[in-house]
Amino acid sequence: MTATEKTGGGASASYALELKGVNKSFGLIRANRNINLAVRPGTIHGIIGENGAGKSTLMNIVYGMHTRDDGEILIDGERVDMRSSADAISHGVGMVHQHFMLVPTFTVLENVMLGTEGGALLREGREAARARIVELSERYNLAISPDALVSDLNVGQRQRVEIIKALKGGAKILILDEPTGVLTPQEAEQLFEVLKVLRDRGVAVLLITHKLAEIMEITDAVDIMRQGEIVGHRKTAQTSPAELAELMVGREVLLEVERTEVSPPGDVRFSASHLGYTSSQGVVELDDISFEVRSGEILGVAGVSGNGQTQLMEVLAGMRHLTAGAINILGTEVTPASETNPRIIRDVGVRHIPEDRHTHGLILHFEARENMILGLQDSDLTGTGLLMDQDAIEANCRAKMKDYDVRPSEPRHFAKNFSGGNQQKIVIAREFSAHPVVLLVGQPTRGVDVGAIEFIHKQLLALRDAGCAILLVSVELDEIMSLSDRIMVLCGGKNVGIVSRDEADRQTLGLMMAGQKRTGEAA
Amino acid sequence: MSTPIPPLPRWADLFLLPVINLMAALFICGLIVLAIGENPIEALGVMLKGAFVYSGGLGYTLYYTTNFVFTGLAVATAFHAMLFNIGGEGQAYLGGLGAALVAFAMGWAPSIIALPLAIAGAALLGACWGVIPGYLQARRGSHIVITTIMFNFIAASIMVWLLTGPMLEPGQQSPQSAPLPASSHLPAMHEIFAAIGIKISSTPFNASFLLALLALVLFWVLIWRTRLGYAIRAVGQNPEAAHYAGINVPRTIIITMAISGGFAGLLATNEILGVSDRIILNYTAGYGFTGIAVALMGRNHPIGIFLASLLFGALYQGGAELDFEFQSITREMVLLIQGMIILFSGALAYMFNPPLARLIARLTVSRRAAAHG
Repeated sequence: MTATEKTGGGASASYALELKGVNKSFGLIRANRNINLAVRPGTIHGIIGENGAGKSTLMNIVYGMHTRDDGEILIDGERVDMRSSADAISHGVGMVHQHFMLVPTFTVLENVMLGTEGGALLREGREAARARIVELSERYNLAISPDALVSDLNVGQRQRVEIIKALKGGAKILILDEPTGVLTPQEAEQLFEVLKVLRDRGVAVLLITHKLAEIMEITDAVDIMRQGEIVGHRKTAQTSPAELAELMVGREVLLEVERTEVSPPGDVRFSASHLGYTSSQGVVELDDISFEVRSGEILGVAGVSGNGQTQLMEVLAGMRHLTAGAINILGTEVTPASETNPRIIRDVGVRHIPEDRHTHGLILHFEARENMILGLQDSDLTGTGLLMDQDAIEANCRAKMKDYDVRPSEPRHFAKNFSGGNQQKIVIAREFSAHPVVLLVGQPTRGVDVGAIEFIHKQLLALRDAGCAILLVSVELDEIMSLSDRIMVLCGGKNVGIVSRDEADRQTLGLMMAGQKRTGEAA
Repeated sequence: MSTPIPPLPRWADLFLLPVINLMAALFICGLIVLAIGENPIEALGVMLKGAFVYSGGLGYTLYYTTNFVFTGLAVATAFHAMLFNIGGEGQAYLGGLGAALVAFAMGWAPSIIALPLAIAGAALLGACWGVIPGYLQARRGSHIVITTIMFNFIAASIMVWLLTGPMLEPGQQSPQSAPLPASSHLPAMHEIFAAIGIKISSTPFNASFLLALLALVLFWVLIWRTRLGYAIRAVGQNPEAAHYAGINVPRTIIITMAISGGFAGLLATNEILGVSDRIILNYTAGYGFTGIAVALMGRNHPIGIFLASLLFGALYQGGAELDFEFQSITREMVLLIQGMIILFSGALAYMFNPPLARLIARLTVSRRAAAHG
């Protein structure tokens, strides 16, 4: 089970949790590389990074849900071997997951005692759990009644039940994975109050987030992760949102794109005015966004991921329905009152490279040739007869695979059998070659090798030069900066500002991504 | 650590695996037959002869096959949209009502008009009974498995009420409708063959079998050659990508359930228009449920569905023969054998997948090594 042994070093005993040289790979993907981390007791320690930076993997290693490949984990200066979450709990590590793990039809008490019933009859365990809940609730000011039904609690209260569950075994280290993702701003404030109480009582709190504001507001120290590595460690008091944003997204320049300066862009192809989107759970995802994109122009959308880019793309593509404002695409007006769906938007000449090719862009269990007509299944690509013209579908796929260098060039192979880069090329070939007048492009080069990136960038610029109006969303700041004519920065679902290509440098964008307006128009 | 299972080659997945499943089921059944003191080889022989050789055996087998083709297609259509239609039974039951109502209304018309309309009536009411759960799933999120099961009960209750009340044949004691007009009778195969001078034994095997073959072809065209079929498969494989592609997902679900129910409703062409010429209480006799096993075993492909239907047809007919020939083998015993086959080729369809895949992978590797060595 657990192998614990003393280590000689006295200095490390001042840390509640210490990681030394931890590595973790999933197949060929190195999710965590040489992680060194030290968390002092009685502090709130932030771990910040973009989606996919490896934060959750790292925390799952600490919590014993993943086993590290090598490296050491020390708790209170003692080397421990985390093989399961039971190990972690016995070493005083508790975790609140991003998605709550509660039974809604149970009471708080029943949820908390789940897994520690302590015998066939519930009576004894129930009384012990009740006492524990009351005690924790008082000590940490959680204000949770043990007999409340979980389904009656709001999201913030449910999260506190999760915190009680994590603390009930006497946890000295509490991990919270993106805890504010589902909370309203008020609930988030209340959570922070609870976290401060925990800190003051000596608990080491690990806060995982991609929101800069939270790090600045509540943490004592922060580690910045990027692509599986820790790229920086800062005392929160000695850093700034701009610096953090730069560290999070600041990648090496992969390649320079040759870019012709064309004559000033043409007429407005699509625009949004005071666009807003509130999810069905009542979370405001997009708020008062206005912009316009002209023919022959690329408008880049920058921002730390999770600040509304996904929602903006899906609203523009007709996949979600906006709840405020209006969109005008080539004269077609979309308002909260009007009917919209992806077909209507597509029919006016909009093409869309979705951010997530596996969820939206492809049907993995379809053949390549069938994927090459996805969204165009009613166009003349499939013939004009009652039945779909199989020869035409195959010829279409073969031609596009040749044009876009998709390998292997096998129209009848299933999409799932192509590599990530070639899957993306299938999506790009389909959407680029359908004569787009307006193009919505999300993460065009995510998980794509360098050669393909260059190819995709050239194609994008060629379309722009041909007069297409392009909206480009990417987490790669370099990609945005090298391709865009103008750059719009989103933060918290709001448009922080639009800067022209010449004005945009890393620092300006970094500040804007942290939510600060440009100098001269300071909020 | 478990090693990943290599994928099974397509031919093995489609042909070898079902055959192995069938063999496993028959082996267990053989042991049971042995245990009750009969010779399993002899029993198998009687079943095969009963299903294919004895006079009229083949006719009965194909008559049952027809039923399974219709209900199997119903399940398979829905399954391509990842909908689990358990309501084939109820849809087929209501299909019978549709056929009968049209037949009564068209009693004045010649067969050439009355028959196609009666067939359409069967498909239409079956489709209606599929559309309601489809609508509830697509627009209201009610789970299709629950609603289709419930709709079986509703259908059964409606039919009991009709057949003991409004539609009960005057002066009849048993719950059945009046006979349908002769104009909507589907000719039996022995009548057709007699007309061209060939004499075959008289069985319930009738012209609806040709309709079933046509339905198999239409199903294939629909699923793999039409835009609607493309939409159905897209919704089944990845509803989010279907939405992205501008496919109306809820509407596709509703249409799929209509087609599915329509196929189930066509069961009435065999049982009612072809054989009994009236609605009899519980005439669907579980064919709708067996259709699930047929579709599972047939991998939702028309050729597979036909072969699975033929297998179940042979089991029904051969099983009846078994019951007749052996003192100790009863009707329940025959049901047990059918249950075994459903268990092995439906519920446990992939039980032999991992060992078979490893075996094939090893054989392929060693053959390659031998070729290179």
